[in-house]
Amino acid sequence: MEIFDIFLLEAVVNGILLGGLLALLSLGLNLIFGVIDVVWICYAELIMIGMYAVFMLHTQQGWPLLAAMPAGIAIVAALGAALHQFVIRPVLAAEPINQLLVTGGMLFLLQAAATLAFGIDFRNLGVRMQPILVGEMSISAPRVIAFVAALAGVGATWLLLSRTFIGTAIRAISQDRAIMPLMGVNPDRVFVITSALGGALAGLGACLLVLQYDIHPAIGLSFGPITFLICVLGGLGNLLGGLVAAFIFAQFISVGGFFFHLEWGYVIAFAFFIAVMFWRPQGILGGK
Amino acid sequence: MLEVSGLTKRFGGFAAVSNVSFRLAEGEILGLIGPNGSGKSTTFNVVAGLYAPTSGSVRFLGEEIGALPPAAVCHRGIARTFQIPRPFRRLSLLENVALAAFYGRGEHPPRAKAWEMAKDALALVKLPTHPAARVDGLGAAGLKKLELARALATQPKVLLADESLGGLDEQEMEQAADMLAMIRRERGVSVVWVEHIMGALMRVVDRCIVLDHGEVIAAGKPQDVARDPRVIEVYLGTDASAVQAVTDARVA
Repeated sequence: MEIFDIFLLEAVVNGILLGGLLALLSLGLNLIFGVIDVVWICYAELIMIGMYAVFMLHTQQGWPLLAAMPAGIAIVAALGAALHQFVIRPVLAAEPINQLLVTGGMLFLLQAAATLAFGIDFRNLGVRMQPILVGEMSISAPRVIAFVAALAGVGATWLLLSRTFIGTAIRAISQDRAIMPLMGVNPDRVFVITSALGGALAGLGACLLVLQYDIHPAIGLSFGPITFLICVLGGLGNLLGGLVAAFIFAQFISVGGFFFHLEWGYVIAFAFFIAVMFWRPQGILGGK
Repeated sequence: MLEVSGLTKRFGGFAAVSNVSFRLAEGEILGLIGPNGSGKSTTFNVVAGLYAPTSGSVRFLGEEIGALPPAAVCHRGIARTFQIPRPFRRLSLLENVALAAFYGRGEHPPRAKAWEMAKDALALVKLPTHPAARVDGLGAAGLKKLELARALATQPKVLLADESLGGLDEQEMEQAADMLAMIRRERGVSVVWVEHIMGALMRVVDRCIVLDHGEVIAAGKPQDVARDPRVIEVYLGTDASAVQAVTDARVA
């Protein structure tokens, strides 16, 4: 193979790997919106907290990574439930703009709190893994792990939603929340569980990102907007749409970055997003 | 078993229901009729816990339930259907009903049992029970049946049936009326049945209450109610077929 083709193929593969991770990140945010009708603007900041949780448990408390990661997921799940209970619930019936402002406020609150608690230093888990060589391609091991784990997380969520009664209740309440109590379902409880699930997905995302990226209080800003745009691109609240959009978006970033320059990948991807908004404002697969 | 006394519900200055009282005996089918806007659905919504009463009380099996939230009312054994069916269209038929079976009584039955209860409820109203059956494609009568199945899956003691005849053709109406009678017989459920048209209802109910402008204007056996001059004036006057239906029922 020509060296150009190898690099192109590598870019495509990297795009697929990135797509899996972005699919996981967008799933939690999409689920929350689909069910509760509130956008957690601070979603990526929950991921940031999760990254710090894993980092601190591992490096400061000496927990093995395989113990620190589930603990990190549990912490962010609890944080998600608390976020709903104490921040979202009071504004559940408020105007959407107020809900956005409240969760936007949470974004900066969490960021500032993290700065206070952990400082502005860049932290790193220091995990070094050999790249995986496939033929003439060299693929980053953490990316492969992240891809596999992300797909497992997406799959587990799908099973939960389709095979359990609480999952069925979550799908039902996204369609008609007013009628649920007449079947004996307490909507508040379903919302808290959904929020904890969204938090757990953010926590899983944190575990996968912490293997690849430095941690700092503002890291949420580097993938929060992308996560949100992917949800909108797929159709806000449409879980399948979000997954499809994540892989499309990731290819634009990865292959676009290959043909021009890394930063150009993002420019092209966001330009594509804007174009789609003109063409299909409801997203590729439509809203929930 | 269900006793509503002196129930008043105001929205601002407007009294949707004022000083309404009735009692539902065990195993009874009670018709709650009246023209549109007479306060029937509001009464249902208060009993089901969707609205808190402005004054008056709702007692169920000796317990005051007027202030309970809807989920708690459901757990105690009161189920409500809607005039305009509100199915979860992206869930299967069976899932729609299974949710009610699993959550309806507060204490969750085992999963397998909940699926069985859901299938029983669907079978009782003669809807398909296989897991792949969808909501889409059900006609008006099918959707009404789904409402009933969902309510029945919560294992209610009292069923609040809201306009089960609305939007149906003549034949479907007769079938729907028979179905409510059958449900009472098979499940031993007591029924309060709201309707603004009287026809098929009159043949099935034991007693009847007529509301107008939020107040009870007549109560008693269907044939007596149909002869009440006030009922004829405010209500039956506009629906001669109902008078005919009652007369026919008496002859038969």
